[in-house]
Amino acid sequence: MTTMLRSTPSKHARKATGLRGRPLLRTSYDQDLTLANTPAKRRSVIALVIASFVVPFLLTDDLLQVLTLGMISAVGAIGLNLVTGYAGQVSLGHAFFIGVGAYTGAVLGGDPDGALLGYGLPMWIWLPAAGVVAAIAGLLVGPLAVRLRGLYLAIVTLGLVFLGDHIFREARNITGGPGVGRRGAELELFGIDFASMEPISGLSRGQAQFFLGLVFLIVFAILGRNIARSGVGPAFGAVRDRDVAAAVIGVDLTKYKVMAFAMSSFFAGVTGALYYAVIGVFEPGAFSLLLSIQYLAMVLIGGVATISGSIMGALFIALLPRISQFIAHYIPGELLTVFQLEAILYGLLIMGFLIFEPRGLFGIWTRIRNYWKGWPFSY
Amino acid sequence: MTTFLQSLLNGLAQGSIYALLALGYVMIYKATHVISFAQPALMVCGGLFAYHATSEWGLGFWPALIVAIILGALLGMLVERLALRPMVGKPVFTLAIITIGVDIVLRIFANRYMGPDPRSVPYPGGSERYEFWGLSISHQRLGLIAVTTVTVIALALFFRYAKTGLAMRATALSQETALAQGIRVGAIFALAWAIAGGLAAIAGTFVAATGAGLEQNTWIIALKALPAIIIGGLDSIPGAVIGGLAVGVVESVTAVYQPDVAPWLGNNFALVAPYALMFVVLLVRPYGLFGTKEVERV
Repeated sequence: MTTMLRSTPSKHARKATGLRGRPLLRTSYDQDLTLANTPAKRRSVIALVIASFVVPFLLTDDLLQVLTLGMISAVGAIGLNLVTGYAGQVSLGHAFFIGVGAYTGAVLGGDPDGALLGYGLPMWIWLPAAGVVAAIAGLLVGPLAVRLRGLYLAIVTLGLVFLGDHIFREARNITGGPGVGRRGAELELFGIDFASMEPISGLSRGQAQFFLGLVFLIVFAILGRNIARSGVGPAFGAVRDRDVAAAVIGVDLTKYKVMAFAMSSFFAGVTGALYYAVIGVFEPGAFSLLLSIQYLAMVLIGGVATISGSIMGALFIALLPRISQFIAHYIPGELLTVFQLEAILYGLLIMGFLIFEPRGLFGIWTRIRNYWKGWPFSY
Repeated sequence: MTTFLQSLLNGLAQGSIYALLALGYVMIYKATHVISFAQPALMVCGGLFAYHATSEWGLGFWPALIVAIILGALLGMLVERLALRPMVGKPVFTLAIITIGVDIVLRIFANRYMGPDPRSVPYPGGSERYEFWGLSISHQRLGLIAVTTVTVIALALFFRYAKTGLAMRATALSQETALAQGIRVGAIFALAWAIAGGLAAIAGTFVAATGAGLEQNTWIIALKALPAIIIGGLDSIPGAVIGGLAVGVVESVTAVYQPDVAPWLGNNFALVAPYALMFVVLLVRPYGLFGTKEVERV
């Protein structure tokens, strides 16, 4: 694990790493780009991963499912962060790509004997396929992003959600139609049925699904981090900060904008397929503008253009219903119901973070870290 | 032919609502370069102000409309002052997202007030209809078209001749230069939001007066003004009016002909037809029909 986190883009730079006692000294650019570039980061990532493998044995199944769904949507948030945070292309259309992924997964992995279209393929086919089909949808939208900028693009992607919503409602032999819905794909990997009520080799259903979600998140978080630290990441950053300037210094705008949409849609697609497979039954109304805003909230609350921020944001949004239930005890019931409180919290949190902490939870974490880094001389 | 003309007429009436809302979006965009996603909430709140004025205070339709416009304008100014003024100078994307937050919060309060029943504002003409050349139009829709026409002309005159109108045009052109000329740019922002709030309130009142009234999901209507401004061009006032009317007409004509001509598009395709139109227009003209092309410097 330690060696994996230490891996550098090119091998020859490895030798220069780690002068004893001076862990923060960088002697090459490659060292700066390593996956976890400080010893503290290496240690804490390992500790965090170990801790998250212990968590399922401490919590109840219903809380575990909330966390599982949070971890799965974190992958979607990373996807949105790639296109909106890193590449600066505002997308309100994330719900559409998630929907495409969810229905691709459901059709390929769905029950072949059911009333709706389903081919009963195994998970290792439907999960990547959902990503690929969503990425193709992203490729089709990409060219629009090349022609349009800023808020024009935001509105066009918003239009995409409405058109997608219409298509999902009308394609009844695939989606079941509004109010009816359909089952997601079968959650069966390497002979293990993650949806079964029976204990799976000693693990309860919630624990098994938690591990599935955790592994899924780790794989895609590393993938996302690698995209961000490879040559693509800085190119995205250049496009975001000033696209004309980026074009002048030789960044191919068309290529990178289309690439950003395709990658982000791939993440959205796999998220959609797995999320609704875990949920079970879902209906076309789920992929509305509200879902896009939820993902946008994850990115903004977590931290724009950070992978760890996307994960924090997604877990936070997943836990928000719990949090608002908790707060609701202190608010008289006739004033606001729990659902209204939750929706208001969305709005207020988005506004609050943008006004007071634009770097999100990640920014708060950075400030805490820097405080303790210099402790006791933290002024 | 009559069917076509009738759907055209209905489309123009519906399009007037979109045009009013689109004008609000353009007002805010021109002054602050932000697209306000709070417009749906302002529309619903405006309609509810009118509802409250008629049902609780016992006012007639027209006084209630005036009350709604004033309260809507105040609400717009309040939103600008509390949520957007602290963020002046931040990226427009951030501001646009903040308006989404405003929209969510305001709509929760509106829904809270509305409850599950539709709320409608009684229109003085009732369900009377005018008939001419084989076409028919309801009293409300005629009133809507008339009010929209008057509003658009008044706004055009305001921008052309009034001193404040000139100040607003100057601010839209360049905020710094406007400041240097002694224009209070902050006040212009507030005014732009007030006009947008007032326009949204007119739209909301007429939405509440025609058809089913205001319901929990009526706010979706206001989002259809977004394709309208994109079609017209984000910063063009005539574009907003023409875009709004175009969206209304396309929607109503699609509703009449699509089930026969292209049934494979599914039920209720008319509701999303404006978005389809937007895609087509943007592929041909990325800055809309009347929008100014952005000139970029490195």
